Amino acid sequence: MNNNNKIFQFKLVLLGEAAVGKSSLVLRFVRGHFLDYQESTIGAAFLAQTVCLNDTTVKFEIWDTAGQERYHTLAPMYYRGAQAAIVVYDIRSQDSFERAIKWVKELQRQGSPNIVIALAGNKLDLAAKRKVETAEAQQYAEENGLLFMETSAKTAQNVNELFVEIAKKLPKTPNPRPGSGRLPIPPIENNNQRKKPCCSN
Amino acid sequence: MDEHYDCIVLGTGLKECIISGLLSVEGKKVLHMDRNGYYGGESASLNLNQLFEKFRAGAKPPPTLGASRDYNIDLIPKFILSSGLLVKMLLHTDVTRYLDFKVVDGSYVYQKPKIQKVPASDSEALSSSLLGFFEKFSCKKFFSFVQNYDEEDPKTHDGLNLKTTTMRAVFAKFGLKADPIDFIGHALCLYLNDEYLDKPAIESFQRMKLYVDSLARYGKSPYIYPMYGLGELPQAFARLSAIYGGTYMLNKPIEKIVSEDGKIKVTSEGETVTADYVVADPSYFPDKVKLTGRVVRSICILNAPVPNSNNNESCQIIIPQKQVGRKSDIYIGVISSPHMVCAKGKYVAIVSTNVETNEPEKELQAAYDLIGPIVEKFTSVSDYFEPIADGRQDKTFLSTSYDATSHFETTCLDVMNLFERILGKPLVLTIHPNLLKEQQQQQQQEEGQQ
Repeated sequence: MNNNNKIFQFKLVLLGEAAVGKSSLVLRFVRGHFLDYQESTIGAAFLAQTVCLNDTTVKFEIWDTAGQERYHTLAPMYYRGAQAAIVVYDIRSQDSFERAIKWVKELQRQGSPNIVIALAGNKLDLAAKRKVETAEAQQYAEENGLLFMETSAKTAQNVNELFVEIAKKLPKTPNPRPGSGRLPIPPIENNNQRKKPCCSN
Repeated sequence: MDEHYDCIVLGTGLKECIISGLLSVEGKKVLHMDRNGYYGGESASLNLNQLFEKFRAGAKPPPTLGASRDYNIDLIPKFILSSGLLVKMLLHTDVTRYLDFKVVDGSYVYQKPKIQKVPASDSEALSSSLLGFFEKFSCKKFFSFVQNYDEEDPKTHDGLNLKTTTMRAVFAKFGLKADPIDFIGHALCLYLNDEYLDKPAIESFQRMKLYVDSLARYGKSPYIYPMYGLGELPQAFARLSAIYGGTYMLNKPIEKIVSEDGKIKVTSEGETVTADYVVADPSYFPDKVKLTGRVVRSICILNAPVPNSNNNESCQIIIPQKQVGRKSDIYIGVISSPHMVCAKGKYVAIVSTNVETNEPEKELQAAYDLIGPIVEKFTSVSDYFEPIADGRQDKTFLSTSYDATSHFETTCLDVMNLFERILGKPLVLTIHPNLLKEQQQQQQQEEGQQ
């Protein structure tokens, strides 16, 4: 990493039916890299990981669904400001693929205008039980301008590659996130260290 | 749906979502439901279509207002004191992570015949025309007393026991007259009415300190406001609850709630689930709450910033009760498109106060007169409910409605009170370990650079 290396931070959200392997993909990606800087994984709800490209570093702030997809109660807040999304399905389940298509539509309707969407057919290690053909998903992805890969969180196949492709496709503008330059909310000191009434000296 | 939960929470208003999050973090198994299809209940922020649906069913928003999705209009207007309890709760839970905030640009107070900036620094205070020359002198004496006052150190007390002395007596001792008292009590202590004058002064001192500490954090005003509206707050705490295993269901009409064999049984869409106890907002238990007041709120969409507010993107304006011959203050909260709450070029001013007469809307006239031409106005009167019992007997813990105060202190106190009633132990607000870790790393980085 040279000194000119710029760091860009992006919010990435995961979507997809329950049990298609969303959290596993993230954990595989996050734990495979940079182990010396591993964020808390409680509930795997908020993780961060970086991808180094040639001249830039992309830091993903990854949001997992925390189970709120189960009863379709993902809050609008979840999509807000997300610049990238991975929509995951299980290659053994046509239902999960159809659900993924619904998520893509939802993102196109509700998400940020320039959101980068990747479609991931997960559980490639179980290809013997495949129900969703690669060509079918590939075609859908092409028609809708999505990145597409079949992955296996279990064997790690294509997991890093997927994130790298997303990182490459994201626009590296100086202020990637609307409202970035986030207002810091520092801890509050407990005692009277900072007494400065506004009308006195 | 699982059969039995430790707790069923009904309603996804801010208070219920904070409680839900805190209970899940405590390891309780929580089922959280709402009859509406969206998060937030009374504390939601609505887009334009939802807003028209709620206030003018059947009418379509005029195209001149812009796209519906650009709007996130708060039903309950409040700002967040940046050193207040809500920020402490955000830091305690690390929910700050899910939200982006902006500092509110300024705070104004109405003093006949116009609004004036609440000084944000010593120099602003000296040049402010809010106080006359002699008043500045006595105020200065008063504020240095406040500044030096240390509860532990009697030498700083100047013979006053603030736990027994009333605030009225303290003002008298410093020779403060009506105008500065109005300013201190309403613009700094943020009291809604004048009842505080005859109560022990200590609370007023704590409030002044809170104001000053909050102001010191960002400088422009003591307030912060979340991007995309206050409705983000319940969603963020709901996410916390979900992360710790809480189950969420929206669009669930609640048909029946009964207490049987020491369990609470809640029926929705023909399915019954049980829990050890229930937490809910007053609307789910009309028989268990009493009406103790009413609040009138008026959402006004404007095409320009509020006159005399220095073209600020956001501000608070307080109209102290005495200035307009009322018993309680009128608040105006102004936010605009940089907060992602409305279309570009629009401003949202939300006016609110406690209802004192049979013509609530007329009570807001003084505020309407200050905010300039109004493009659209949506006025509503909300009942203010309090639970009749504390819930320990019937295992039904109810929050109070949202009051007319301009900030979240009473909201958070109610949450802390609920927490203690439910779990039998007080909520101790700490700093989340993640944040401490980040702070440490930052310090190390800074040291490394030096």
